[in-house]
Amino acid sequence: MDFLRATTWTEALRMKADRPDATPLQGGTDVMVEINLDKGRPKALLDLTPVTELTEWSIHDDTVRIGAGVTYTRIIAELADRLPGLAQASRTVGSPQIRNRGTVAGNLGAASPAGDSHPPLLATGATVEAESVDGTRMIPIGDFYTGVKRNALAANELIRAIHVPVKTGPQYFSKIGTRNAMVIAVCSFGLALNVAERTVGTGIGSAAPTPRRAFEAETFLAENLDWSFENELDPVVTKRFGELVAAAAAPIDDVRGSRDYRVHALAVMARRTLGWAWQERVNGGNS
Amino acid sequence: MRVNVTVNGTPMIADDVWPGESLLYVLRERLGLPGSKNACEQGECGSCTVYLDDVPVCACLVAAGQAEGREVLTVEGLASAEGGLDPVQAAFVECGAVQCGFCTPGLIVQAHSLLAQHDGVPADVEIREHLAGNLCRCTGYEKILDAVRLAASRKAGS
Repeated sequence: MDFLRATTWTEALRMKADRPDATPLQGGTDVMVEINLDKGRPKALLDLTPVTELTEWSIHDDTVRIGAGVTYTRIIAELADRLPGLAQASRTVGSPQIRNRGTVAGNLGAASPAGDSHPPLLATGATVEAESVDGTRMIPIGDFYTGVKRNALAANELIRAIHVPVKTGPQYFSKIGTRNAMVIAVCSFGLALNVAERTVGTGIGSAAPTPRRAFEAETFLAENLDWSFENELDPVVTKRFGELVAAAAAPIDDVRGSRDYRVHALAVMARRTLGWAWQERVNGGNS
Repeated sequence: MRVNVTVNGTPMIADDVWPGESLLYVLRERLGLPGSKNACEQGECGSCTVYLDDVPVCACLVAAGQAEGREVLTVEGLASAEGGLDPVQAAFVECGAVQCGFCTPGLIVQAHSLLAQHDGVPADVEIREHLAGNLCRCTGYEKILDAVRLAASRKAGS
């Protein structure tokens, strides 16, 4: 195994071009587990932590560009007002020590269907900025996940940043696990309402080979939600929304939970997050 | 490969480091600092918690090469040079927050980081949240919470 240490982004891209077999390394919260437990042994590690430009975030045109080295701890502390869904999901990642190291870009690189970032990224319509010596590619999040722990990155590409739209309405994230900390999701769900455009975004985690949206549920809710938020939330709409979210999943039985439990839990989480979103509007949020 | 890292204020050199090796292994096996404990090796238990440039992390998930040129503070570095215990360590002793002791170094470093960022006495929910990544299989955590509250109240009162 080789250890490659990039000190600038340009150098990182050149190293990845020379060594497409190198595994990029940020917080190590996935990669080092694989190595420590001898589940996989990369030919080379490409350490990106010295690349300081990756640790910055900025806002352009109502979109937050999150550098690949921004940790979950910083998303929670610095971006919760603009990206509440992603911040909520970030709070459920591992433990303080893990959140101090782990990054959204790392979650995307690992592309586990259970990754906590994925539902809010899907619900908000995020875009992955991938770069190589050949140039930059903007990959819509829905095209990014290609299979279990597989993604759309080419062998010479690295994730430079993730572009996430600033909130346009209530956003909520819910996750099922055996305790509140150090939990890999049994399943998870993210909801984002765009109040001005009257559209709905969803993201399902850990209940299909890849994270995925619930398209029919989104369309149904966009057409049937009372966007004036003046009356009571219609229980018939809520129930149907939950059913359609559950119907969009394709879970398996595994060590963390059964297929049936996941389907049931998804419907519950869809109803709950919709209830929270509704309550936020009723309580005077004009967000 | 060679790794240059400052540990507890002292510049140190580790040689013959395997590229996939963790900072934890370097600390324990190459630099003679076995205070940070090796248990789960997957970031679940917090027994190996150390400061990396003032941020508490699981040393088992830091590749040794990522510590190049950086500063690490381990549980061995918390006590004063004269051997006086850090207030968090003293509170753990006084409250009997230790049984087998294996989780203790990680809990002390993580509790130390909570107090470092907190002026008053943290609410119980804050303490629990901050220590959620440190597992103890003996104490049931009550004495640990007592110790953190004691150390925090002394710091707030001083």
